[in-house]
Amino acid sequence: MSAVIALRGVSRTFASDPPVAALSNVDLRVAAGDYVGIVGPSGSGKSTLLNLLGLLDRPDCGTYALEGVETTGLSDPARTALRGSRIGFVFQAFHLLAHRDVLDNVMLGEVYTGAPRAGRAARAAAALDRVGMGHRRDFRPGRLSGGERQRVAIARALIGEPALLLCDEPTGNLDSVTTGAVLDLFDELRDGGTTLVVITHDEAVSARAARRVRITDGRLSELDAPTAELPAVSAR
Amino acid sequence: MTMDLRDLAGEVLAGIGTRPARTALTILGTVLGIGTLVTTLGVSATAGDQIAGRFDSVTATEITVDVNPPARPDSPPTVRWAALDDLARLNGVEAVAAYSQSPAGQEPAVRANTLRDPERVLDRTLPLLGASTALPAAARTEISLGRFFDDGHIRRRDRVAVLGEQAARLLGVTRIDNQPAVFVAGVPFTVVGVLGPVRRADQQGLTGAVIVPWTAADDTLHLGPASSVIVTTSLGAAPLVAGQAPIALSPDDPAAVRVQAPPDPAELRTGVAEDVSGLLLVLGVVSLVVGALGIANVTLVTVMERTAEIGLRRALGARRRHIAIQFLLESTVVGLLGGIIGASAGIVAVVVISVARQWTPVLDAGLAAAAPVAGAAVGLLAGLYPALRAAGMQPVDALRGPG
Ligand SMILES: Nc1ncnc2c1ncn2[C@@H]1O[C@H](COP(=O)(O)OP(=O)(O)OP(=O)(O)O)[C@@H](O)[C@H]1O
Ligand SMILES: [Mg+2]
Repeated sequence: MSAVIALRGVSRTFASDPPVAALSNVDLRVAAGDYVGIVGPSGSGKSTLLNLLGLLDRPDCGTYALEGVETTGLSDPARTALRGSRIGFVFQAFHLLAHRDVLDNVMLGEVYTGAPRAGRAARAAAALDRVGMGHRRDFRPGRLSGGERQRVAIARALIGEPALLLCDEPTGNLDSVTTGAVLDLFDELRDGGTTLVVITHDEAVSARAARRVRITDGRLSELDAPTAELPAVSAR
Repeated sequence: MTMDLRDLAGEVLAGIGTRPARTALTILGTVLGIGTLVTTLGVSATAGDQIAGRFDSVTATEITVDVNPPARPDSPPTVRWAALDDLARLNGVEAVAAYSQSPAGQEPAVRANTLRDPERVLDRTLPLLGASTALPAAARTEISLGRFFDDGHIRRRDRVAVLGEQAARLLGVTRIDNQPAVFVAGVPFTVVGVLGPVRRADQQGLTGAVIVPWTAADDTLHLGPASSVIVTTSLGAAPLVAGQAPIALSPDDPAAVRVQAPPDPAELRTGVAEDVSGLLLVLGVVSLVVGALGIANVTLVTVMERTAEIGLRRALGARRRHIAIQFLLESTVVGLLGGIIGASAGIVAVVVISVARQWTPVLDAGLAAAAPVAGAAVGLLAGLYPALRAAGMQPVDALRGPG
């Protein structure tokens, strides 16, 4: 069983006054195909953890191997390259470019990865079809509903076929109906073999994850004892 | 991992096209700067060409020397008549003549004996000139009737006269084969010739004058030494001759003569160009600097507004250099557009101004090509700081957005 994420003894302290220990001595192992929900109160360090996992930030100490590649010693460009090609992000605020149409926004997911231009529009269209947004490819994001926008953002994350999909409060701006649609999509992705890490406040959201992890004051704890079916899911 | 150049171009153009109104206003500063520079340089080149062209070969060969009267009536003359030969020997001098002249307001009464009508007013008040023999050549005129007096007449102090064209008409002298006489202040002179038109612009006074040998003029009206010396030179020699004339004419006191020489055409051209362009060039450079500051300011604002977008691009795999290049190119393209539009507007302005003044527009292809490049350079410089700011952002901070 190969681990997509292997965190060992990771800490992150912000050098503010007073210093904030956002994460302390965190160990986390996520296998390929896992669907992990991360819960915790506000300010507990969830986003800090996700930024470390997404190579957007560096830990102060500890090691982080992504797909077996030790990342803490890598140069900035190498981390950027890894981030662009292996990790997909889904943000609470969607982060779609308002002046570009849906297809352009999805294609942006491939602009910096070194993927060839040929066939990009077709791949973007396929990603849109996958999230059920194929009929909106010429729309500007401003004319889409919140749930539709988030599905476009997910399509953008998927076009590069990332090994890991990191979602920070993906349903934070959505009502319960559209939240359901996004969660259904996550289930489909998990069934398709994508490794998912989803941060959420929402019990209903974390309940859909196969495995739940809680962060309190920068410390990590497994919420549920692994159930009988979990190893089977992880092993896929 | 490199970025496809077509992708880069697409992102840059999309970035510029996102806010057309803002882009247009940003471009305006560069348009004004480049436009002013192109107009200024174009118009001054055109104007310089015109003035230098109008300043033809003829006027460039004419020198006039005004001679101050001697301090006291009995002191030696400032310019001796013999000194004309010294001036004539100088290289480039084609003709030299000098004349003394009856002072303004003290012109003598002149009468012709040909008039038969006793009722007519007989006396005319006409200026009397006592001249040397080369006057027709130096004043660029010809004898239309008879002949001009010669050295023999001067030496013998003969009372002979040559009439200017207009003077001959006033006095009713139409032929000379009947040996007409004119009475100058009661003294009879035999008319030996009549002048034709005078082509030298500063010697038009000759047409209305009675011209006699300077010796005879001194005898009759005590006109004394020469008050004016006129010179024609070969092409291009005028400035040199003008510089040597005072010493040749008045070796004892060169300052007593005033030389009026045409300005050097080459100096004139650059002089005009400098006059016209100096101030406007400064204005153009100032507008260009203002334009650059405008681009820098707007690009910086844009970078701040697009902080979240920068964070997103970093999350999608953009390296710092990709971010820097994108913003740098956006400001460069804005500058380039400003340069192109400004150069076009400047060229149109040069043509319009030239047509309005009936000039031939002088358009420098190098200038037209350099203007957009200058605009792009301005944009590049202006984008430097904002681009570095954008590239320096931490992805995590940028994703949180501005503020
Ligand atoms: N750049 C920073 N400088 C200083 N302190 C920071 C910084 N980023 C985060 N923190 C602090 O670290 C702690 C953890 O922040 P984090 O954003 O990870 O919380 P979170 O669990 O995501 O909270 P929420 O659920 O509200 O999003 C907070 O106390 C926060 O104030
Ligand atoms: Mg958070």
